[in-house]
Amino acid sequence: MGVRRWVERWPLYRQLTGTDPLGRGAAAKSARSLTLTARTDTADSVARSVCPYCAVGCGQRVYVADGQVTQIEGDPDSPISRGRLCPKGAASKSLVTSPLRQTTVRYRRPYGTEWEDLDLDTAMNMIADRVLAARDETWEDRDDEGRPLNRTLGISSLGGATLDNEENYLIKKLFTAMGALQIENQARI
Amino acid sequence: MPHANALYGPLDPAPDAGYENPPPRMGFFTDTSVCIGCKACEVACKEWNGVPESGLDLLGMSYDNTGALTANSWRHVAFVEQPRSVGWATPAFQEQPDGPSVSPLTAAVGARTGTDTGTDPGLTPGSPGAAARMSGGPEFLGMPGGQPPGRGSGAEGRTDFRWLMMSDVCKHCTHAACLDVCPTGSLFRTEFGTVVVQEDICNGCGYCISACPYGVIDQRKDDGRAWKCTLCYDRLGAGMTPACAQACPTESIQYGELDELRERAAARVAKLHEHGVPEARLYGHDPNDGVGGDGAFFLLLDEPEVYGLPPDPIVTTRDLPAMWKRAGLAALTMAVATAVAFLGGRP
Amino acid sequence: MIVIQGSNMAEAHPVGFQWVMEAKRRGAKVFHVDPRFTRTSAVADAYLPIRAGTDIALLGGVIRYILDNELDFREYVVAYTNAATIVTGEYRDTEDLHGLFSGFTEENASYDQSSWQYEGAEQNIPPRDTETQRETAAGLEHESHGAPVGGDTQRDETLQHPRCVYQILKRHFSRYTPQMVERVCGIPQDKFLELAQAWTANSGRERTSMLVYSVGWTQHSVGVQYIRAGAIIQLLLGNMGRPGGGVMALRGHASIQGSTDVPTLFNLLPGYLPMPHHADHPTFDEWVDSIRHPGQKGFWGNARAYGVNLLKAYWGDAATADNDYCYGYMPRMTGDHGTYQQVLNMIDGKIKGYFLLGQNPAVGSAHGRAQRLGMANLDWLVVRDLFMIESATFWKRAPEIETGEIVPEECRTEVFFLPAASHVEKEGSFTQTQRLLQWREKAVEPPGDARSELWFFYHLGRIIRERLARSTRARDRALLDLAWNYPTHGPHAEPSAESVLYEINGYDVASGRPLSSYTEMKDDGTTAGGCWIYTGVYADGVNQAARRKPGSEQSLVALEWGWAWPSNRRILYNRASADPDGRPWSERKKYVWWDAEKAEWTGYDVPDFEKNKAPSYRPPPNSSGVAGIAGDDPFILQGDGKGWLYAPSGVLDGPLPTHYEPVESPVRNPLYRQQANPARKVYTHPVNTLNPSPPQEHSDVFPYVFTVSRLTEHHTAGAMSRNVSPLAELQPEMFVEVSPELAALRGLSHLGWAHLVTSRAAVQAKVLVTDRVTPLRVDGRIIHQVWLPYHFGYEGLVTGDSANDLFGITLDPNVLIQESKVGTCDVRPGRRPRGQDLLDLVVDYRRRSGDLVHRYPPMVTTDVADSSSDQEA
Repeated sequence: MGVRRWVERWPLYRQLTGTDPLGRGAAAKSARSLTLTARTDTADSVARSVCPYCAVGCGQRVYVADGQVTQIEGDPDSPISRGRLCPKGAASKSLVTSPLRQTTVRYRRPYGTEWEDLDLDTAMNMIADRVLAARDETWEDRDDEGRPLNRTLGISSLGGATLDNEENYLIKKLFTAMGALQIENQARI
Repeated sequence: MPHANALYGPLDPAPDAGYENPPPRMGFFTDTSVCIGCKACEVACKEWNGVPESGLDLLGMSYDNTGALTANSWRHVAFVEQPRSVGWATPAFQEQPDGPSVSPLTAAVGARTGTDTGTDPGLTPGSPGAAARMSGGPEFLGMPGGQPPGRGSGAEGRTDFRWLMMSDVCKHCTHAACLDVCPTGSLFRTEFGTVVVQEDICNGCGYCISACPYGVIDQRKDDGRAWKCTLCYDRLGAGMTPACAQACPTESIQYGELDELRERAAARVAKLHEHGVPEARLYGHDPNDGVGGDGAFFLLLDEPEVYGLPPDPIVTTRDLPAMWKRAGLAALTMAVATAVAFLGGRP
Repeated sequence: MIVIQGSNMAEAHPVGFQWVMEAKRRGAKVFHVDPRFTRTSAVADAYLPIRAGTDIALLGGVIRYILDNELDFREYVVAYTNAATIVTGEYRDTEDLHGLFSGFTEENASYDQSSWQYEGAEQNIPPRDTETQRETAAGLEHESHGAPVGGDTQRDETLQHPRCVYQILKRHFSRYTPQMVERVCGIPQDKFLELAQAWTANSGRERTSMLVYSVGWTQHSVGVQYIRAGAIIQLLLGNMGRPGGGVMALRGHASIQGSTDVPTLFNLLPGYLPMPHHADHPTFDEWVDSIRHPGQKGFWGNARAYGVNLLKAYWGDAATADNDYCYGYMPRMTGDHGTYQQVLNMIDGKIKGYFLLGQNPAVGSAHGRAQRLGMANLDWLVVRDLFMIESATFWKRAPEIETGEIVPEECRTEVFFLPAASHVEKEGSFTQTQRLLQWREKAVEPPGDARSELWFFYHLGRIIRERLARSTRARDRALLDLAWNYPTHGPHAEPSAESVLYEINGYDVASGRPLSSYTEMKDDGTTAGGCWIYTGVYADGVNQAARRKPGSEQSLVALEWGWAWPSNRRILYNRASADPDGRPWSERKKYVWWDAEKAEWTGYDVPDFEKNKAPSYRPPPNSSGVAGIAGDDPFILQGDGKGWLYAPSGVLDGPLPTHYEPVESPVRNPLYRQQANPARKVYTHPVNTLNPSPPQEHSDVFPYVFTVSRLTEHHTAGAMSRNVSPLAELQPEMFVEVSPELAALRGLSHLGWAHLVTSRAAVQAKVLVTDRVTPLRVDGRIIHQVWLPYHFGYEGLVTGDSANDLFGITLDPNVLIQESKVGTCDVRPGRRPRGQDLLDLVVDYRRRSGDLVHRYPPMVTTDVADSSSDQEA
């Protein structure tokens, strides 16, 4: 940076030579103010999304920079929400970037008093083992009159009302195929 | 040369602050008659501006757990429970077997819970009498007595009720005392006519805090600097709506050119008057008021005091010209201080 | 006019509420009925305080007001509803039987519905065992279609026949006078009349009124009948199928509508097909016939195709006509397998493993203690969530640790916590409250081990299938033959959500071409589709749910934003927006109409009618299926094409709504000797103790009514708000709202502590004394109500006792949803005791309210006369 341009950035210089003799406006702009931009303008990408809280289905725009969510706000294009969000929807960035989010698998062994760490692959295999074992132990082939039952009542599941349709579809499909009937979600509650 | 009204009276502040051909003055019109108290504005503001948490305390001031505009809350939704009816509604508790109103009493209790934010922004916290008057409304007749509960005939009980909500914010005064007293040039007038603290300049001297006639600007305890609503200066530069107004579900917070907002507000008041809400009135819209009109003004359904707003704010630097000598000296000190800060900041 | 009842719309659905405010700005009147004055009431034109659990009495009052003053929209009512239909002479009303309908059987507390049938239709419908229907929540099947009705009905369009529905309705609601409304609900007569007058004045040819409800209606032991009562009003006033009208169910979770359409519910398969029942549906044909009811009218005639397509989508090439499309693989219900039955079974040690998928029953389900005790008695528990929720940490942090009921060192439940991907870390579709599917794009990768449910279940299925690959057991065929080949991508082998959506939509098996409408579904195995009502969402190979043409560039109906089932219709039954001849009822309320020149239905929305069926079309005698629907029958999924004022079948607890007291109530039913819903679902289990209610003794031990609901600032069981700082700080503590009168009565002070006691639990909260809560005068007594938010638990940035701990478990018989909007309690000043003292306190209340042997309230109370309340003497 040349000396002249550096001097021109000096607020007092601008105040004395410019249109803002009281130094309350144009001349008082700091370096930060001069270069300030909206971070939505400099985002690497924007995803069109939908609020995860209630069922109104407000449109959201999710701004991303360097692989991180930098802003989530209402999508003005949505004919449902017209760009608006309630406090929960407006807190979506804090939701997805919350420091309280769990990002690793945690395991509590039977009779354990503390959490332990567990590798995700190991956890998946352990869960598969337990599902198959529970299914075998509680399998019901036929009722008293010989009519088919094809089921296990040893496995339960609850959840799905904040999940995607595609996820619910696979959940129901897999559980049905394994004979697990007791599949429920918030809609029952 | 500075405008004759540079410190008091009607003025378009951006040209006065040295902007040639500035964009129209931008501001907020907050219509409290459609506010549903959802606090989306508070959250959207925090999300965009990275404003930290302001405490996890149940204040008991109706649904207000924010308490006041502070360095850590740049929007604040006030909730006022009052034993009177709003113009458009039938009395809520007509013929119910209830006793007298408890709103003034609970407001008084709640007022004692106002949190210590470091400085004293907003209405002085811990003022139960004032809070009780706010909830009682203009006809406040003192604290309720010990009426035995639910045993009366109902005839002597409360019938009317309304729940007022208002999202408060920095007023972005035409004559901003905070700006006028700032010795570092941290506070400045933007080309949109708004008033912004520049966080890279503020040295935490705190002069602005006592200068604000609304008690808006506040120091953050941990870093000492002053913080308040910027009217999302960065978003405005990008042609966007401020975060709070963008989020507001019911268009209670409206953002736009101030002149247009003033017209819209006048029409809204007229419409409410026409529809049996004579109590609707504007606050901070008048360029001839003590601060030259606010960049953020309001439609209220009661006296300003009820919402914790000063009834007749006057720019605290109105008499500055009379003190010009002193101020001139301060300005010089300020200039030198700024220069030193600037030199020190050179990379 | 907009009536909001059983919903706190401004607080629970603030952004949807912008449209209420928009209507208000244009002159609409907003009425809010709620036990307490809320942020919705604050902007309403009129607020009616109501005793929790008495909405049917109020709605019945409105129905009576309409009928008595002949204010119904007569042309609409005669043409489009079953008002003129004649009911069998066997039918007996609650007027005749002290609050019961004919057909009640005491042994299983269920109705035989044959006496409720239409005249002449008795023989067409084998009386179904309604006990089985209750156990399997069969009412839920009607989300997409009506209950069956056979043959041609007999009608008296003068509405004078004593057994026509109109006259039955009139008699049934005759005692719901303004005085009775006041006596039951605590609503002054003037207030009631203000509502009734506004509702009727703002309905008809030129005007429509909308009714809004949420779980304030569904979470009752008579919940379905609340909604039936609302629907009756809206049908009588001609507000259904018309713009600005309707019954708006505001659902509370991002895709809770989707999770019923593509269900994770024990009794349903996608598209509201019933899960097979071991006795009712042993064979494929019996299953299909139970859905389509051979000989019935309406769109369910094609049910075989929907069933075949689902099975083809599940089992692909293995599903053939020869093996009934693998129907034999399906598990069978034998009764109630719902979430509350499951929890009791967990306590009894019958369940090995439990998956929690973004759900937190330790806080969010009724009877939190039962939930936690159940989870503490499993072999294993898998919790998939964003945050460490109460249901994952019950073994070290539950209140039962302090009381010694759960001892970590003795609790064998193995817990796997798997972090979940958030809504921005995966792609997929949500179905919002108006059946609109909206696709979300993925913004970022999930952090660390966090994965989508799609990933979890796809890979769990993959691993299980690999383990079983060499199995020869018959039971494993369903898993091995499962069509489970979804393309994956990315570093974590994430399955393609679009490929799943494509399967849900359906496709031509030979060519792979996506189907564009469920009418293309074949019953011969040449097409496959996972959810018939969603067919069209992937029409032309385009993800229609991802459409985002800006609202500003479209009409208000916005048909090019997302995609609504069925067939992208935005208002259901919109044929009713035109008169019987197909002309708009009025220019103001024009929406869908018959274009005689082009001989087709047209309008602003996709017409909910066969496109070229003329208004003048009349079905030939004895026709069935779609052909049986006349050109002026708008309710095409009902067997008779009519809107049902009276439900001859399908609703298990009566053909008409009737006011019953909540299961826990401080008052004797002022309307009938029958106190509570006689067909409600009851669980007798040691953990499920109930407070006594009249006519039982000692109900005065629990003299106050409590109700719970949401705050704007929090979300359901709190995981998604109590862990989020800008929300947690806005409502940082558990509190209870009480009236000034109750505060004085019980010595409570503003911001002091109080605790509430039921026969399940004691819960403490900070006290907010507020004018927003009022005592009510009910049947000559003062009734006090209190309110609590149900969001709090023992994890997160802000914590507190859980309101749902206070509830027992009693369910609505139609859909098995629990009564968690009303109960009775005592309110005491100060904090609750802890540890053993807490258990002792609850036990003491149970002893004082009877004894420790739980005495369930009697199902039938018609033999108990009560001179002060019985009007039938």
